[in-house]
Amino acid sequence: MDSTTIIIGLASVLAAAAPVIFAVMGETLSERAGVINLSMNGTILLSAMGGFAVSVRTESLFLGFLTGMLIGAAVALIVAFSSITLKQSQVAVGFVLALVCRDLSYFLGNPFMGLAGPRLPAWSISGLSEIPVVGTLLFKHDLMTYLSFIVIFLLWVWIFRTQPGLMLQGIGERPAAAFVRGANVSVMRYVYTVLGGAIIGLAGPTYSLSVKAGWKGTISGLDGIGWIALAITIFGGWNPLRAAFGAYLFAFLQWLGLVLQSSLPGVPSQVLQVAPFPLMILTLLLVNIGDAEWVGRTLASLPEPTRRFFARAFRALRASPPAALGVPFERD
Amino acid sequence: MIKNSRWINLGFQLAALVLALGFTTLILLAAGAPPLEAYKNIITGSFGSFKKFSDVLVSWVPLLLVSAGLLVTFATGLWNIGVEGQITLGAIATTWALRELQDTSLPPSLIIFLAILAGMAGGALWASLAGALKTFGGVNEIFGGLGLNFVATALTIYLIFGPWKRPGVASMSGTVPFDEALHLTLFPGLRLSPWALVIALIAIVVVYFLLQGTYFGLRLKAVGRNFRAAYRLGVPTWQYMMLSFLICGALAGVAGAMQVTAVYYRLIPAISSGYGYLGLMVAMLVNYQAIWAAPVALFFAALNIGSIQLPIVLKLDSSLSGVLQGMLVLFVLIVEGVRQQLSRRS
Repeated sequence: MDSTTIIIGLASVLAAAAPVIFAVMGETLSERAGVINLSMNGTILLSAMGGFAVSVRTESLFLGFLTGMLIGAAVALIVAFSSITLKQSQVAVGFVLALVCRDLSYFLGNPFMGLAGPRLPAWSISGLSEIPVVGTLLFKHDLMTYLSFIVIFLLWVWIFRTQPGLMLQGIGERPAAAFVRGANVSVMRYVYTVLGGAIIGLAGPTYSLSVKAGWKGTISGLDGIGWIALAITIFGGWNPLRAAFGAYLFAFLQWLGLVLQSSLPGVPSQVLQVAPFPLMILTLLLVNIGDAEWVGRTLASLPEPTRRFFARAFRALRASPPAALGVPFERD
Repeated sequence: MIKNSRWINLGFQLAALVLALGFTTLILLAAGAPPLEAYKNIITGSFGSFKKFSDVLVSWVPLLLVSAGLLVTFATGLWNIGVEGQITLGAIATTWALRELQDTSLPPSLIIFLAILAGMAGGALWASLAGALKTFGGVNEIFGGLGLNFVATALTIYLIFGPWKRPGVASMSGTVPFDEALHLTLFPGLRLSPWALVIALIAIVVVYFLLQGTYFGLRLKAVGRNFRAAYRLGVPTWQYMMLSFLICGALAGVAGAMQVTAVYYRLIPAISSGYGYLGLMVAMLVNYQAIWAAPVALFFAALNIGSIQLPIVLKLDSSLSGVLQGMLVLFVLIVEGVRQQLSRRS
């Protein structure tokens, strides 16, 4: 493999990660406010199908992406309503929605299976795309890939560098304190959950109108991505930059699987495709294990330099969720 | 007064059913399909004849086994989403045992018995992984379980295309079917095995009494209700969580064993057939009460079997059953929330 092939391959990794980025960023925003949107796997499928169907009917890519966002926002609104207003389990509602939306996408998408549809064109940024290496890597993508870069940056700035972002952190960490400071916790949670849902809803059409153009029902290969995106959100420690790193790592591993497939003919492709999952479990283990009681006890019994090394390593990997994640807020 | 509130509760539950049906009807109309025709097809497809009803029971068996197991993990406050993979590993272990033993001189009934035990062990082993990740690694059982589900599917496909492939060409149709002597006995002319039925019924009855009438069940529920309090009161919490995972995994493993010994007679890629996720919905719908699990699982199985003929008769996707099942659970959750909010206000 020569360097040009590798650079083109890496550029394709950035493009393939775009929908995962949207999903992870939307979920990060929602969870930062304290609401887990577990419906993501279904939302991605339904918005992929919906966005594709609308684009096929109207021949408008814009309406396709808009549909995806509206579907994502609507599903998130159900999660928000049942958990914030009705105080039901977020996990239960989200899980059921994940299944319902998946089945809905297969049911309603039946007439659109295998149809030829529009596809988002590539848009080389003139001037920048001629730069060697970097040009190919970053500036020969389509609009959604550029948007995925922008969303990461915007979200990071919003959460960590703005006043409302500080309030958002407060709503997820200590809602009671945020409430005393004048934040309307319930309304803000609604806003962020629905906004996060809309961003998640971009992931679907980014698949069906760009990365994996078309709708092929159960063999679209999209089932499961939402669950991975949820794990990446945790791996990302609710920080957009670390989460983006997780998403790119995932896309890179999938690409690596495809590349290696030609040199490992005995292994069926389905096996390599799941390679990220054991890795996902392993990373979650690394992220969480520092908090386990027995690890603390074992560490305490180690000689000082070793203990300090491991303690530091665990602290670097560790990711604590927003303290009020999944906990309903009671005013009194 | 108490009697009155019971009627009100029933009214709310009926409202959820009506809302779910109403919503599904809207979706059918949106898809340009005749709703009444579709519902009629589902009913005749599941209860239309004795043979069709027996097919519903075939699908009821694994669903009931899985639901029974999940009632145990839910009682302990655990979201065992990994149940899907536990079914798969049960099926893999059963297939492995049958393959190892089929050429020995052991009597076939003993081989089947050992294979089902192997399935139990396989499911429990896979559940113990999710349990260990949860109790020792701090990995939420939802994510550990989901990851393990995908790994289980990959393992199945690897076995079907690799070490256990059919002579000649391997395909998605699965491994070589087992000899008829190694099938669980069926009712004559039907696809239903009386053994499978009996095993599933025993499972749900045992789980019911375990949770309702034993000290063990009480402690399991104590761990689920209030982990800290249970720990302070001297309940060995992590051991109970682990046991809960093992029981659920063993039952899911039996469900996988039934899929191999009484339904497919081989290992296929989609051997778990989504029964794990469906079982989670059954457990949620019955509000984690074992007594209702059997009828609700039967209803869900009927929807599954009834929708099989939708693609042929009405050119509709059979995922309609999943839409209806999900809507039902969703509206039950929402209506229950509304009821709680109303009663709090009054």
